[in-house]
Amino acid sequence: MALKPAELKKLKQTALRIREQIVEVTYTCGGAHIGGAMSQTDIMVALYYKFMKFDPKKPLLPTRDRFILSKGHGGVGHAVILGYLDCFDKKELLDFNKTGSPFGMHLDWLKVKGVDASTGSLGHGLSIGIGMAIAARLQNKKYHTYVVLGDGELHGGPNWEAIMAAAHFKVTNMTTFVDRNKLCIDGPTEEIMGVEPLKDKFEAFGWKAVEIDGHDFEQIVDAVEQSHKETEKPFVIIANTIKGKGIDFMEGLAKWHYAGLDEEMKKQALASLRRMNKNG
Amino acid sequence: MVQTYGKKPTRMGYGDGLLTLGETDPRVVVFDADLAKSTTTDWFAEKFPARFFDAGIAEQNMLGMAAGMSLLGKTPFVSTYGVFVAGRAWDQIRTTICYSKLNVKIGGMHGGVSVGPDGATHQALEEITIMRVLPNMIVLSPCDYHESYKATLAAAQIAGPVYLRFGREAVPIISTPETPFEFGKAALWRDGNDVALLATGHMVYHALEAAEALAGAGVNALVLNVHTIKPLDEEAVLAAVAQCGCAVTCEEHQTTGGFGGAIAELLAKRRPTPLRFIGVQDRFGESGQPDELFEEFGLSAHFIVKAAREVMQAAKK
Repeated sequence: MALKPAELKKLKQTALRIREQIVEVTYTCGGAHIGGAMSQTDIMVALYYKFMKFDPKKPLLPTRDRFILSKGHGGVGHAVILGYLDCFDKKELLDFNKTGSPFGMHLDWLKVKGVDASTGSLGHGLSIGIGMAIAARLQNKKYHTYVVLGDGELHGGPNWEAIMAAAHFKVTNMTTFVDRNKLCIDGPTEEIMGVEPLKDKFEAFGWKAVEIDGHDFEQIVDAVEQSHKETEKPFVIIANTIKGKGIDFMEGLAKWHYAGLDEEMKKQALASLRRMNKNG
Repeated sequence: MVQTYGKKPTRMGYGDGLLTLGETDPRVVVFDADLAKSTTTDWFAEKFPARFFDAGIAEQNMLGMAAGMSLLGKTPFVSTYGVFVAGRAWDQIRTTICYSKLNVKIGGMHGGVSVGPDGATHQALEEITIMRVLPNMIVLSPCDYHESYKATLAAAQIAGPVYLRFGREAVPIISTPETPFEFGKAALWRDGNDVALLATGHMVYHALEAAEALAGAGVNALVLNVHTIKPLDEEAVLAAVAQCGCAVTCEEHQTTGGFGGAIAELLAKRRPTPLRFIGVQDRFGESGQPDELFEEFGLSAHFIVKAAREVMQAAKK
């Protein structure tokens, strides 16, 4: 089902609001993983606002769809989305990372409503997702599990154990994204430790893999719908994204993996987001 | 002579415990990492195939999958050798399971040098240390087959992560199905007032043997079976030590940071007392016959007797 123009417009507007708020939180908290939070945003907005069965007022409802941000450093972006969904008072986000705040850099499911699993040590999320998906099967529950992986985290062996296991256990009630922003902390993934050819690797491990533009809502929606129809293989969507997406002076630069913003930078970042949204 | 009732490996207490849980607790699912025959989870697998998952030789993913299942209300028991699960998957156990207080139970087999021929690579000698250091983790180290069975059932009732330590070799059964077992409570298995032998796991039997030998020489040794290493039953340990004035810790594990370490931390804080440590002294295991390795590593009863005499002298008894 193609997106209706009004729906597309709404998703774009939501993504803009989320990105603006990520900039605000990064400014107030002194520093956050802003680059990757920007690259993952459109994927997560599509999931939370279009697909996921999730009631922000009942974040622990057993029938809800599950979401795991395996790249736990994207927590700032996740927290902002949950705040916008009214899982908690948005104002609490201004305490992000402050001593005593429920919001640490990497979100803790025991402290932040709406988080389904604490992540932060890379390479754990996909295994957790598989466990959740198999548990759904054992309990005859219909909910779907969504996992977002970073591309740098695919350097690590546990992910490949999990990729093998998902195919082995025929986990089809789960949709996995790779936020392929092509940068890890030290530089381009292909220079630090190459992960390509990624699609071929997933396919060789028995997955169905598609590659999309991770900032094009129509492609995201189309790929997720395709994943729901798959009944034989686990489904991965390799979403080509841009680290720092929407902020001209950050886009494609590894140094914005983690950074703080002063007032002037914040202004420039917000202006850039609005400008790019208008043009795109 | 210490009263015994034949021999059986403690890992079989785990396997039989899981069989019972399979019948009584629908939340229980079991994972293994290609060692199901050795861990004895194949018994569960045969009877409850839909609730058994072999993760292959990929422990990190196994712990992650178990974590995911626990988040959905299942009680996963993950099973493999202690070296592989506690070592290789420590990051998953720490950051995903313990940090989130997930209800995952870890059955770690092949604890101690009594593993025998498999040697250093397969003899877990560090898991007590690296498990007990984790916040929210509970560590159980049962002494024989029956206690292992009871500890396995108890683990299913505890909310949160539990590490259970078992051995490979058939070892003397020194309790009965009726012997009381209470999680978190050390059991006074022999009273005495000259020296406290604080023992865990397989070493409880050897401590009892040492106590018999000491009794022959007119020394009244107390034997405390500390099956729950964390949370430590501090009051029982302090009472035993207060009664005797000196103590020997007995474990088939590195003494550094292990059970002996836990006792030393407690006594340093609350009741400084002359103490000796029986256990592996900062070295790796070796291949060999279990009884010969017990001699090589200084674990047999006569070493405990010697340590008891030394510590009594140090305490001027």
